[in-house]
Amino acid sequence: MPEQRVIVVGGGLAGLASAMKLSELGVKVDLFSLTPVKRSHSVCAQGGINSCNDQTRQLGDDEWKHFDDTVYGGDFLNHQPPVKEMAFWAPKIIELMDRLGVPFNRTGEGFIDRRRFGGTLYKRTAFAGATTGQQLLYALDEQVRRQEAAGNIRKFEFWDFLGPIQDETGRCRGIVAQDMVSMEIKSFAADAVVVGTGGCGLVYGRSTMSVFCTGSAASRCFQAGAKYANGEFIQVHPTAIPGSDKLRLMSESARGEGGRVWVPRKPHDARMPKDIPAGERYYFLEERYPEYGNLVPRDIATREIFDICVNDGLSIDEERMSVYLDLTHIPKAELDRKLGGILEIYEKFQGVDPRIEPMRIFPAVHYSMGGLWADYQKSADGGLEMGAPQNHMTNIEGLYAIGECDYHYHGANRLGANSLLSCIFTGLFTGPSIVAYMANQVSGAGDVTEAMKSAAQKKQQERHDHLLSNNSGGDENPYLIHQELGDIMTRVATVVRRNDQLSEAIGKVDDLHKRSMNVSLADTGNWSNQNVIFAKSLQDMFPIAKCILKGALQRDECRGAHFKPDFQKPSLTAEDPGERRRQAEVWLDEFDKNNEKYLKSTVADWNDGSQSPDLTYEDVDTGSIKPRPRLYGLVGADIIEDVFAERTREEDAPATV
Amino acid sequence: MIAFDASQKRPEFIKVRIRRQDGPGEKPYWELHQITYEPELNVISVLQRIASQATNSDGKKVAPVTWDCGCLEEVCGSCTMQINGRVRQSCSALVDRLLEDNEDELVLEPMSKFPVIRDLMVDRQRLFRALERVKAWVPVDSYYNLGPGERQLRDTQEQNYPLSQCMSCGCCVDACPQYKKIELKKEAGETDEAFEARKEAAYDESFVGPHAISQAMLFNNHPTGKALAGERLEALTGPGGIQACGNAQNCVAVCPKEIPLTTSIGRAGRAATMYKIKKFFDK
Repeated sequence: MPEQRVIVVGGGLAGLASAMKLSELGVKVDLFSLTPVKRSHSVCAQGGINSCNDQTRQLGDDEWKHFDDTVYGGDFLNHQPPVKEMAFWAPKIIELMDRLGVPFNRTGEGFIDRRRFGGTLYKRTAFAGATTGQQLLYALDEQVRRQEAAGNIRKFEFWDFLGPIQDETGRCRGIVAQDMVSMEIKSFAADAVVVGTGGCGLVYGRSTMSVFCTGSAASRCFQAGAKYANGEFIQVHPTAIPGSDKLRLMSESARGEGGRVWVPRKPHDARMPKDIPAGERYYFLEERYPEYGNLVPRDIATREIFDICVNDGLSIDEERMSVYLDLTHIPKAELDRKLGGILEIYEKFQGVDPRIEPMRIFPAVHYSMGGLWADYQKSADGGLEMGAPQNHMTNIEGLYAIGECDYHYHGANRLGANSLLSCIFTGLFTGPSIVAYMANQVSGAGDVTEAMKSAAQKKQQERHDHLLSNNSGGDENPYLIHQELGDIMTRVATVVRRNDQLSEAIGKVDDLHKRSMNVSLADTGNWSNQNVIFAKSLQDMFPIAKCILKGALQRDECRGAHFKPDFQKPSLTAEDPGERRRQAEVWLDEFDKNNEKYLKSTVADWNDGSQSPDLTYEDVDTGSIKPRPRLYGLVGADIIEDVFAERTREEDAPATV
Repeated sequence: MIAFDASQKRPEFIKVRIRRQDGPGEKPYWELHQITYEPELNVISVLQRIASQATNSDGKKVAPVTWDCGCLEEVCGSCTMQINGRVRQSCSALVDRLLEDNEDELVLEPMSKFPVIRDLMVDRQRLFRALERVKAWVPVDSYYNLGPGERQLRDTQEQNYPLSQCMSCGCCVDACPQYKKIELKKEAGETDEAFEARKEAAYDESFVGPHAISQAMLFNNHPTGKALAGERLEALTGPGGIQACGNAQNCVAVCPKEIPLTTSIGRAGRAATMYKIKKFFDK
């Protein structure tokens, strides 16, 4: 058999895990990244990585509960077979990362320490200080370097992925990529291609994401015919530090370690926070959600913080919206040991010591739950079939999507500390599937013709040359168009969504898209020209932006991060028990009706003619855990739960003869 | 934001002097830019504003300045450069602070120990090559599930974690007097592969740098990582190893993560001595 070669695009946790696993399976890997892989955006993940563990097991936890929390937190839009598989792999993944040298925090006895994260009542989260993503990434980076030294992996760093190469049957046979230093555009053949290129935060201008997270790689696959799913589900993280260049993440672990969110009860109270007595502080998350307190799922915390500032007018400052995230009651030594990394970030960028003074935070765009559509094969036990070639294959044969740029795991809302897990899991799990796919093919990398390669390359070269010629007289500034796009998207497609605004935004974004095709570059040279690379990624942000907007517009419901007040389910209002019960029955009828219509993945196909996505809807596999109402904080939740339980019992009862 | 004195007078404009270079081997030149002052800028946002206005201070159209950046929160290590003469990350370089030290202008230059690719962007491949040289990894058997790693005392974790935060940004080597710039030119007729191999050979003979010594100590302190301790010490006692350190202690002073680099170097020196003695008697 000739040597097999897989191209992995993206050097974050998913891409590195994939490259490492594939080389162990005897496959040669070409790894492409916009940046030295050690600098990938995974380094920004702070809080930790989830799995059930020996300690939580003895409190009643198990893999199934982790699975359940994940799909409940995701409002049941997650595909259950992959989530189940991931939850069952989770403890093993943490053990592997431990063996690879990740310096997880330890208990006094030397076990891996855990903390609690949002959306669960168990302490599942393993962590390495407050830079867990960085530490996990470094461990994988080291293994990839080891494989590189052994000749199993070739790295192409500072290379921009421009698109897949497809043969006449549509099968993916390699990629076209551009050296960001020499600007050379080249074709690379492969037996299979894996895309693990992360999220699309830059579509929003500023977010918690790194500058590489433009979504352009996913968009280039999308425009080549890959489907893009659940684009409208964008996680807005409750706690970030506002900044003019970036909204820096303040990890959920700050709340996991006991951080409390509050605002002064008196609007815009000018006193220093420490001078405001407890009675005059409004711990709104704790008051409104007594069970979960500050650790409600992210979508809920975000909406509450937004609401308290925008609708209740209780922002700390009048002009700049923020609330307090307070750690000052926790001993300094403990803070340094468990949260040092993030506290340093706050201190460095804000000039205030959060150990002494509460932090000021506000929500920011953080994660894309949606991404490239990809297939899987369900196993008999409701998980995934190990080694099935279609696991994580997009609808383009031979093109795989993993990590943040796939769409299965996090449904309508991701739980904290599940993303690092899904990235590493998908990278490792897909190894045998890709190997099985390649074994079934009669032709491989060696059979890709020069004609196929040069045709794909030529198309990209033309696009590049056209941009360098300033589109024959274009006059638009790409950076200003990016700002405008970010402003629109942030205004209409984050915490609160309204149909009139979304419709209007679709028109505006379409105009901007056209204008972006007409940019004038200040740099028309052919040596490390960041201007042209940015212009291309900007143009490619639009198909993703349009998926987000159109998906949001057509989804007339509230689900996880997608919140439309016009379609919100009401709380129960009746005082009378009989009437209240009747209201609960109606509420649940509505819930069932809504699920019938909207408990579906949005699946987009790019329509080149109309330059917009065409949407269809796909059923979600909810075979293991029946969807139930997500009732955090709703008035009347108890009675709705009772009625729901009765109905479920009736359904499950054996039919009487 | 809160700690800065808002009443303090701020200029209307900020002058930014940038040392530019169009490509490797080209002559560097200074260019002056001017942007409108805003509170709470960092050097990244200054460069972003310069990129979007695309003109210099004379209003002349110029190509945007090339520079490297990533996370913008000082964990990725991308955006290292010399700012007002000091090597550091540009994301965490806050303009209000810089103006306190020098109210006339900001001076941005590329790192001094790496070949310039263009403007403020340099080729730091040598940093990563050094990690390969000291085998900075844990030699696990496989990536299959083989149960947990060894239990580790909290003390060990607390010793290792700071070293593991090294983001290969290059500040330590840029400030190190023993770390000399290596800039090779591709020869006529030389293939890319041959040129790469020649560069790597040159890197491998030169000083490995404080960051790599520290990584060697990190892995020598790991229960499985120490299986390669001898090989790492072999690398550190070879050419460009620990003996090249002149003990200037600049590295530890400039490390943005405050990694105890000189402590690592001290440990490495002692371990290397022991290793050499042992090797001598084992002959």
